[in-house]
Amino acid sequence: MLNRRIAASVLALAVAAPALADNPVPEGVTLSEDQHYTFWLLDAIKSMDPQVNTDVEGSDILRQLFEGLYNEDGEGNIVPGVALEHAVSEDQKTYTFTLRDDARWSNGDPVTADDFVYAWRRLADPATASEYAWYMELMQVENAPEVIAGDMPPEELGVRAVDDHTLEVTIGTPLPYFPQMLVHASTFPVHAATIEEHGDAWTRPENMVGNGAYKLDEHILGERVEMSPSETYWDAENVVLDRLTALTINDVNLGLTRYLAGELDRVDVPAGQYPRLAEEYPDQATSTPYSCSYIYMLNVGDQGPEALDDVRVRKAMSYGIDRDIIVERILQGGQRPSYNWTHWATAGFEVPEIDYAGWDQSRRMEEARTLMEEAGYGPDNPVALTLNYNTSEDHKKIAIAVSQMLKPLGFDITLNNMEWKVHTDRMQAQDFEMARYAWCGDYNEASTYLDLFTSYSGHNNGEFFNEDYDRIMKESKTAEDPQPLYQEAEEILAAEMPVIPIYHYAQVDMVAEDIRGLPTQNVMQTWYAKDMYRVAE
Amino acid sequence: MLSYTLKRLAIAIPTLLILIVVSFVLMHAAPGGPFTSERELPPEVLANLNAKYGLDQPLWRQIVTYVWGIVTQFDFGPSFVYKDRTVNEIIAQGFPVTLTYGILSFVVAVVVGVTLGVVAAIRQNTVADYFAVGVSIGAQVLPNFVMAPILVLVFTLWLGWLPGGGWQGGQWQYVIMPVIALSTSFMASIARITRSSMLETLTMNHIRTARAKGLPERRVILRHALKPAMLPVISYLGPAFVGMITGSVVVDVYFSTGGIGKAFVDSALNRDYAVMMGVTILMGALTILFNLVVDILYGWIDPKIRY
Repeated sequence: MLNRRIAASVLALAVAAPALADNPVPEGVTLSEDQHYTFWLLDAIKSMDPQVNTDVEGSDILRQLFEGLYNEDGEGNIVPGVALEHAVSEDQKTYTFTLRDDARWSNGDPVTADDFVYAWRRLADPATASEYAWYMELMQVENAPEVIAGDMPPEELGVRAVDDHTLEVTIGTPLPYFPQMLVHASTFPVHAATIEEHGDAWTRPENMVGNGAYKLDEHILGERVEMSPSETYWDAENVVLDRLTALTINDVNLGLTRYLAGELDRVDVPAGQYPRLAEEYPDQATSTPYSCSYIYMLNVGDQGPEALDDVRVRKAMSYGIDRDIIVERILQGGQRPSYNWTHWATAGFEVPEIDYAGWDQSRRMEEARTLMEEAGYGPDNPVALTLNYNTSEDHKKIAIAVSQMLKPLGFDITLNNMEWKVHTDRMQAQDFEMARYAWCGDYNEASTYLDLFTSYSGHNNGEFFNEDYDRIMKESKTAEDPQPLYQEAEEILAAEMPVIPIYHYAQVDMVAEDIRGLPTQNVMQTWYAKDMYRVAE
Repeated sequence: MLSYTLKRLAIAIPTLLILIVVSFVLMHAAPGGPFTSERELPPEVLANLNAKYGLDQPLWRQIVTYVWGIVTQFDFGPSFVYKDRTVNEIIAQGFPVTLTYGILSFVVAVVVGVTLGVVAAIRQNTVADYFAVGVSIGAQVLPNFVMAPILVLVFTLWLGWLPGGGWQGGQWQYVIMPVIALSTSFMASIARITRSSMLETLTMNHIRTARAKGLPERRVILRHALKPAMLPVISYLGPAFVGMITGSVVVDVYFSTGGIGKAFVDSALNRDYAVMMGVTILMGALTILFNLVVDILYGWIDPKIRY
């Protein structure tokens, strides 16, 4: 018998709960007649199957068509979705979720705990062959690795329906941020009968059964997605936007042109254009922090160049890069220069004091020169390195700037532009010296970044292995407050410099002036159309 | 004629097979695979994916299975990247779009190009000639990836006459700009080829004879000069037609038409082996078919050609 106690997070949810069931429109606001919202997609949606999708844009669509256990509000706090609350066992390994009893699928069937069990097993099941099966492992769901490897049947996965409205999840090690991870689209429930009837074609508009606030009306690959409110959604009466259209426009600049022509309500701003747009359209140009971090990864492993084995060389390189120039002159969209790995706006995370972050650039250059001299290098005896980057105008501009900034210190950097797949393939085979890399958080907590540089992470392409780092990250999983440990981990990265942080992302958008309800403080940029509305101008 | 056609069609089969094998091998030789992403997949996940899509089999067996699926069921397999779609569905959605704007562009390019070329030739060294040559050279040097954004800027942003992209089942407003962008450079080439060929034809003996008979100039041009002058144009039109109906990545990217050109380029970048093979085969078959059509047309235009 498990000894359950109500976790602190439940209390937090209970506070947030009353606000959610209310209409998202505050008193006294006049709504526009037109409640049609059109947004931009860079590319075709690869899949509308929650357990198959791998893309951020795909998730943006799925969040409207399906609803998971929890949602996020505009500040990034978790709020009830299908789950109203949860309790955690004493050992922090068993989560019991209470599901709302009024949740319905778009065909009228009730949404039950079994639907989640089905979806989660499906995600891990080798027969599904989901690229995101690893998310089950990341969530530490019991037996996930064995199920994925085919050594155990999916029924052994640590998730079960106690009754129709009670879901129980067992995880292998305590994870303080487990509830945050449930916002991810791959954990959304799916309707078993529909999938069994239609197979891979179940995501077609005519077949799809979802449990989200919207239903799929039309999906023309690479052209458009049309959605309208679902009458069976439990909170349908508070859904305001009456039509959603997503248009695929593969060119960012053209997307902006079409936004300015009034065809779209939201579009990304191309690099370098934000200052002009912010001046011309102050009510429409927005820049908000976005949980991704841009770095140059150094190959410090066996296959890496000898010079990079020397921490002094790595540090000199990092000190020598003037990040202010990169964000202020090249990107110009409110990105922040970074001297650490984890995005500064990640929930609960405070960037530790990192010495060189506080210096001015001339001091950094001075220190870098000294370090290079000590290491036996300099303009007369330069370190020759190849910097790999994948095709993109912005990556190219940054790479050129960096190679020029580092030249006076004695770095002779050859730029090597590669197609994305080749670039990735080389990195993963440790066939690189220095490579452009970016990582976006899977959930709003620092471990989504910091776990990457553990020796056992599988994404640590530069092969930075550090025992202290591994120990700290392991400890953080069970710590009452992991934040000081995260800071320690960042300090190790700053001292060892296996990667060179460049900048932290910002989401730079043009948003029509009458649109309300998009997240303003949510670094994950998760948005829900059911929280949005248009005001009368 | 019939036996010639049948022979040509028979040769098409081994040609396509060679195309399939070479593309298949080249494609698999490219670094990375359909499941290469910045998040390196755990080996067990990758193994599941490879098993599902048959990538764990030796290459020769993959090719045999693939060709067998096409021959027996006309099944080009599932997309490795657009996972809830098959290649047949992707082509069935994208190809009609491409075919529509491709055929329209072809018609526009031929009608405008031939007219410009003929006018330029019969009014050689006049203002009309300079104008026609100017237009065609201008159209030739302006690449469509420059023209497409300019069209959107002018007709969508400034004038507000046309939607900046999309397809909407091929409503006319959505078709105009893709057709202009795609047809222009073909039109320019056709105009130039027509002009020079026409100039050459007009010096021929049978034209002199026709004029000597006192035929009206209009009849001389349309009846006696145009047909022989079209020979070099026709040989250009075959590949040009295939080029237009198999899609243009520029048109698809700038006008979000959802056509097959973008799907083809994406499949190469995504290493979506199945889509890439499907579109390659489609384009290969069309190329072979239209080269044959051109050869048959030759015989119709020039009775001297015998098969």
